[in-house]
Amino acid sequence: MQIELTINDKVVKWEVANDEFLADTLRSHGFLSVKKACDTSCCGLCTVWMDGKSMLSCSVLSLRAHGKKITTIEGFPKEAEEFAQILSAEGAEQCGFCSPGFIMSVLAMKNELVNPTEEEIIHYLTGNLCRCTGYMGQLRAIKIYLGVA
Amino acid sequence: MFTILDLVQPDNLAEAYKILSDKRNNTILGGCAFLKMGKKRINTGIDLTKLKLNYIQEKDGFIEIGAMTSLRDIETHPLLKEHYNGVLPQSVRDIIGVQFRNGVTVGASVYSKYGFSDLITALLSLDTEVELFKAGRMPLTDFLAKPKEKDLMVRLWIKKNMRQASYLSFRNSSSDYAVLNVAVSMLNNCWTIAVGARPSKAAIAISASALLSLEGATSETIEEAAKRTSEELSFGTNTRGTATYRKALCRALVKRGIMEVLACKSN
Ligand SMILES: Cc1cc2nc3c(=O)[nH]c(=O)nc-3n(C[C@H](O)[C@H](O)[C@H](O)COP(=O)(O)OP(=O)(O)OC[C@H]3O[C@@H](n4cnc5c(N)ncnc54)[C@H](O)[C@@H]3O)c2cc1C
Ligand code: FES
Ligand code: FES
Repeated sequence: MQIELTINDKVVKWEVANDEFLADTLRSHGFLSVKKACDTSCCGLCTVWMDGKSMLSCSVLSLRAHGKKITTIEGFPKEAEEFAQILSAEGAEQCGFCSPGFIMSVLAMKNELVNPTEEEIIHYLTGNLCRCTGYMGQLRAIKIYLGVA
Repeated sequence: MFTILDLVQPDNLAEAYKILSDKRNNTILGGCAFLKMGKKRINTGIDLTKLKLNYIQEKDGFIEIGAMTSLRDIETHPLLKEHYNGVLPQSVRDIIGVQFRNGVTVGASVYSKYGFSDLITALLSLDTEVELFKAGRMPLTDFLAKPKEKDLMVRLWIKKNMRQASYLSFRNSSSDYAVLNVAVSMLNNCWTIAVGARPSKAAIAISASALLSLEGATSETIEEAAKRTSEELSFGTNTRGTATYRKALCRALVKRGIMEVLACKSN
């Protein structure tokens, strides 16, 4: 089946299978920032935006992206670089495998929550797992990025 | 991983139901998060996207929730935050993460009668009816008691009233399935205590609820209702907790739930 979608502001037409998931479609078209780890909706590494909402691309059927606006971290070069620098300055990144999905969630949170408390930040990001860092560095980085430190 | 041979997006409910009943392996697709964990070979996947079942609205004295509404919409919708002390948003807020709740649907969550369900327990404490395409509209309690039949969940109807409610769950780690969950509510001094993740599906503690309703909530009756709930409902053992542990948790959570409802009432 053919789908037409907007990916990072570019309209594309892709051929997808009925049971294909968006993470696989995106990766097969070169969007390699989209990582896949658990593939069971648990880790958040595959997070992208669909019409401005963060979604787990490993669990969204590609067909459902038809007519939608998909954004991956490649769509936010400026914001991603700014936040990544804070992450690295705070020692909040080791292997970096979780970072693209994590940053997509942080950007979604920035849009949704005004001056979030620490509890709200932690709760919003529960769905993004990181095997390396222990989260405290990430929390410091987010507070600096949002100016709520 | 599941496979889908063919995929359709019906324009109306009747067509969707007809395709569903045509073949045993024809399957409705919700958010697909749960389906994806299995190995089902789906003949025709029925995508309900075109049916506009993604909404929460007030109608005829009810809050109506379409089957394709996401759990995140349940969590954030002002109508649900304003009613029943926000018991429905509270019940779903610990299910995995925001991105997950943006994708999974109310219809699938209720239709599947998952034992671990957080949402079903909270809905059970309210005046909830489900509407199925074939079987029609019925109280949630009747739906849960019914043997599973192939049908299409269309929407939920929750009576709009001043019911005060509270939801509590106990998890071994955040975003894991609940070891036990409890919802307590009260309307005009009539109480409902619902317990889920026992680990079997949620049920109402009828005798304990009646005790509170008849005798009122005093420190003695609250203790007795919590004890009675843990005795009248059955509990099982799985990797998350033993039956004995669940029974003990039940008593503590029910007591806390009743106290929370009383605190809402006095506010
Ligand atoms: C990893 C993981 C962890 C979870 N943790 C929790 C938790 O802690 N607490 C909790 O309450 N829930 C939890 N859930 C369940 C989740 O909240 C959803 O209830 C579940 O994923 C089903 O929603 P879905 O939209 O993904 O359904 P799908 O996977 O698309 O469908 C599930 C089933 O429902 C059927 N179905 C879908 N829509 C309808 C309809 N309208 N009418 C009739 N049948 C329909 C499908 O055919 C299928 O059989 C978890 C799920 C996963 C995958
Ligand atoms: S790969 Fe999608 S949630 Fe883990
Ligand atoms: S930095 Fe390695 S998983 Fe997060």
